[in-house]
Amino acid sequence: MKQLQCDVLVIGAGPAGLAAAYEARRTGAANVVIVERNDEAGGILPQCIHNGFGVRALGADLTGPEYAYRWIDRARKEGVGILSRTMVLGLEAQRAVVANPREGLVDIMPRAVVLCMGCRERPRGALAIPGERPAGVYTAGTAQRLVNMEGYMPGSRYVILGSGDIGMIMARRLTLEGAEVAEMAEILPYVSGLRRNLVQCIRDFDIPLSLCTTVTNVYGRDRVEAVELSTVDERWRPVPGSQRRVPCDTLLLSVGLIPENELSRVAGVAIDPVTGGPFVDERFATSVPGIFAAGNVVHVYDLVDDVTESALAAGRSAARHAMGLDGGPRSEIELAAGDNVRHVVPHRLDPGSLEQGEVLLHLRVRRPIEAATRIEVWADDHRLLSRRLRYVRPAEMVTIALQEQHRAMLEGARRLTIHAQEA
Amino acid sequence: MADNKRTFDVIIVGAGVVGSLCARELARYQLDILLLDKCSDVGEGTTKANTAIVHAGYDAKPGSLKATLNVAGNALYDEVCAELDVDFDRCGTYVVGLADGDESTLQALLARGLENGVPALEIISGEEMRRREPALTSDARAALYAPSGGLVDPFQLCYAAAENAVANGVELRLNTEVTGLWRNDERIVGVLTPAGPIRGRYVVIAAGLWADTLMHQAGLDSFAIRPRKGEYFVMDKAAADVVRNVLFPCPTSVSKGILVTRTIHGNVMLGPNAVEQDDKCDLSTTQAGLNEVMEGALKLVPGLDSRHVIRTFAGLRAGGNTGDFYIDAPRSTPGLVVLAGIESPGLTAAPSIARYVTALLGESGLCLEPRPAFSPIRHGIPRFSELDDAEREALIAQDPRWGRIICRCEMVSEAEIVAACHAPVPARTYDALKRRVRVGSGRCQGGFDQPYVIDIMARELGVSPLEITKKGRRSQMVVRRTKELRA
Ligand SMILES: Cc1cc2nc3c(=O)[nH]c(=O)nc-3n(C[C@H](O)[C@H](O)[C@H](O)COP(=O)(O)OP(=O)(O)OC[C@H]3O[C@@H](n4cnc5c(N)ncnc54)[C@H](O)[C@@H]3O)c2cc1C
Ligand SMILES: Cc1cc2nc3c(=O)[nH]c(=O)nc-3n(C[C@H](O)[C@H](O)[C@H](O)COP(=O)(O)OP(=O)(O)OC[C@H]3O[C@@H](n4cnc5c(N)ncnc54)[C@H](O)[C@@H]3O)c2cc1C
Repeated sequence: MKQLQCDVLVIGAGPAGLAAAYEARRTGAANVVIVERNDEAGGILPQCIHNGFGVRALGADLTGPEYAYRWIDRARKEGVGILSRTMVLGLEAQRAVVANPREGLVDIMPRAVVLCMGCRERPRGALAIPGERPAGVYTAGTAQRLVNMEGYMPGSRYVILGSGDIGMIMARRLTLEGAEVAEMAEILPYVSGLRRNLVQCIRDFDIPLSLCTTVTNVYGRDRVEAVELSTVDERWRPVPGSQRRVPCDTLLLSVGLIPENELSRVAGVAIDPVTGGPFVDERFATSVPGIFAAGNVVHVYDLVDDVTESALAAGRSAARHAMGLDGGPRSEIELAAGDNVRHVVPHRLDPGSLEQGEVLLHLRVRRPIEAATRIEVWADDHRLLSRRLRYVRPAEMVTIALQEQHRAMLEGARRLTIHAQEA
Repeated sequence: MADNKRTFDVIIVGAGVVGSLCARELARYQLDILLLDKCSDVGEGTTKANTAIVHAGYDAKPGSLKATLNVAGNALYDEVCAELDVDFDRCGTYVVGLADGDESTLQALLARGLENGVPALEIISGEEMRRREPALTSDARAALYAPSGGLVDPFQLCYAAAENAVANGVELRLNTEVTGLWRNDERIVGVLTPAGPIRGRYVVIAAGLWADTLMHQAGLDSFAIRPRKGEYFVMDKAAADVVRNVLFPCPTSVSKGILVTRTIHGNVMLGPNAVEQDDKCDLSTTQAGLNEVMEGALKLVPGLDSRHVIRTFAGLRAGGNTGDFYIDAPRSTPGLVVLAGIESPGLTAAPSIARYVTALLGESGLCLEPRPAFSPIRHGIPRFSELDDAEREALIAQDPRWGRIICRCEMVSEAEIVAACHAPVPARTYDALKRRVRVGSGRCQGGFDQPYVIDIMARELGVSPLEITKKGRRSQMVVRRTKELRA
């Protein structure tokens, strides 16, 4: 088996992997390699041909492919090696066995690893939607790839279940390609994707949107012929008598993303059941020394800019680890999700790290509050900081920065708790 | 395609596991054999949707054909699966007693099993059972352990048998529905299809749910099949940490109950329930049925996590009105052999049914002259996911497509897909490919592989991607190119 030594091995060449590798090189790691199982680098971005990428990270409103290209270019110029069509078969802290058509198996021995495998979509089976099992049931991302990259239309008349961003963007895309989107159904009483997508993709195109509604049956033996939509009560149970049959030949699912952590588990990385991603500290170090993680593999972000930012931090930490610059012992505080907060990343932090700059806390709320909301961070039983937001929504991640000035108050604290309550 | 001139010695109607194994068994002799199925692949009937257990044989009534052929079929599995390169695990099965009367039910099953000739049956304590299956409910009082029970991949057994039959000269015609029997007075002389009649000296009906329809055409009116649906959940391999064994509850009068089992490929499967219906094509799952299955499964293993569910499906039992298999060469219609009511344990019995049918044909006058060139051996496509590093390296060196992974969850390489498209019974639909190489069977259910697979299949089969279907007929995966102008 061919052997390869490197300082930092990055798994996945999406925006997270590209930024992590780029930053690892800039931090001083000599030999940085990305392995990517797809034919092309860029992760999910090459199929996201709409704009809205990079407004914050690059100060430009780019399409997905453009954003990806900028980072591929940056990484290449920094001397990052990208092995495409390469699948990771096995992973330990200092060893990865990968396979590709050119070299067969390669045994890679890195000093540090950054996990950037992104996420996958929840399929129909995960929802256990009853009915027939015909052709024409796709996840929205698969349909996006078929349309935008392969040039094929999965169907002619669509019902979209779930109001995630990919679903909304596909509703517009399919309409522009001459297909009909009969309806978008969302089980929650509010849209689960970004507001801007609701406006630009659904409302501007007059696509019927039904909230508190789900698919309760699929008809058609060969190809989808119709779906049954039902209204649901507050416990998501279909309301008897509310069923209606909507003819269509395709059902698209945009019902959630799951961080892709099978490989992380193989390597023994501890996974947070709430986020579905690794437990990480503010350096994006996982529970296994020498393994870091960034991007959607940690928790699902809504904006690529935040992915890039987190990955830069992870790449920096991985390079430091590879160069033996980890620093001395750490004293860590645990972060906890308080009122109306679903999760917070990172899970742990060392207040000492604030000396090197701010630390961003990313959180998602449980319920939307369409009114002024106060985000409070408590260190044990005293309030560290408080921020006022115009509203909070589960679809829109909230970012809070901890600064050098907070460090003194954090020393000696055991737990940081974050709440999101109506002001 | 149907040629009036040619006369086959035997025409087998239905290429499920039973028809395919019959074809393979008959291929041992110097015979001209035609295997027909109305679907686009072999095994698209009940063979593709069942519990996949190789039953030990304690369920069926002593003396019945079910009992005899079950125990005999079970004993043939090691040999058949080794010859045909089919995944089979004789892991043993358990019937778990949970309620008051269950201990006596277990005793009754044990007694019946002994009478049927099932080897090595044993009743174990609830404590011992929980030691073997720690996730089992604390209600478990005792269990019947049947070491000869096992797990198989039923589709694999079916296409492997069909491939071995084809390799030994059997002709396979798919997408060919038999619409009637060709009769000359009493005698059956062939079958009728939309493409024309086909002449055959003997016709074997192995048409699963439709066996009765064809029987009625031959005037055999008394037999009737009433479909009984069974619904299932498939869970991610991650759930296999919880379930290690094949766990049945105590049987009821209509079914063996809702079981919890690991599958041969390491997933976990829950089901089936049992609901009678009229429609022989309705394989839909229902909310009520799925709820019933989940509740039943939780009674055995309370710790099952429904978040691990990756798929639901349903199968139809071809339940006959006699309660037993009906396998006969009726005197009233010479030339005809009928297999009907082949419900569970039909998969288990299939290898012995094939022998039984061959003997029946011999008794009916078919000349069984061994064919010296017959080879019982078939080699399947290696699975990248199951190879060791050295084997993987060697294959990639031979053909780089072994190094290109198309299905990430199940780790299937491009080379496996290509090989399945060119196998003796080639995969021509996405579902056929899925049954052969497991693309799209994992946790993402094809989300990542489908765009690639459509392309690879189109290339290998020499058709447009627009012609690739999920399961034949009008089940296209994609409907047009983008930017195409429509009328
Ligand atoms: C449809 C859609 C629309 C979006 N719209 C916007 C938008 O308008 N604006 C915005 O800012 N953000 C948007 N986003 C969000 C943003 O693009 C994502 O958050 C971002 O792509 C996540 O980056 P990532 O690198 O973590 O994951 P990914 O982009 O998913 O990359 C992960 C990579 O890892 C590879 N990989 C995984 N496992 C392995 C393995 N075992 N071996 C080798 N390689 C592996 C994968 O092939 C993939 O290339 C959108 C996302 C989607 C899906
Ligand atoms: C829910 C369920 C669970 C089961 N569990 C088990 C188990 O654990 N163990 C076990 O041993 N058995 C089990 N069985 C039984 C087992 O699956 C069947 O006995 C077995 O698959 C029957 O195979 P077959 O070839 O007879 O039928 P099928 O697989 O249905 O094959 C019949 C074929 O005939 C074709 N056909 C029909 N009519 C025509 C026509 N007119 N022209 C051309 N072709 C035609 C069909 O397309 C089909 O391919 C189960 C069955 C069910 C439904």
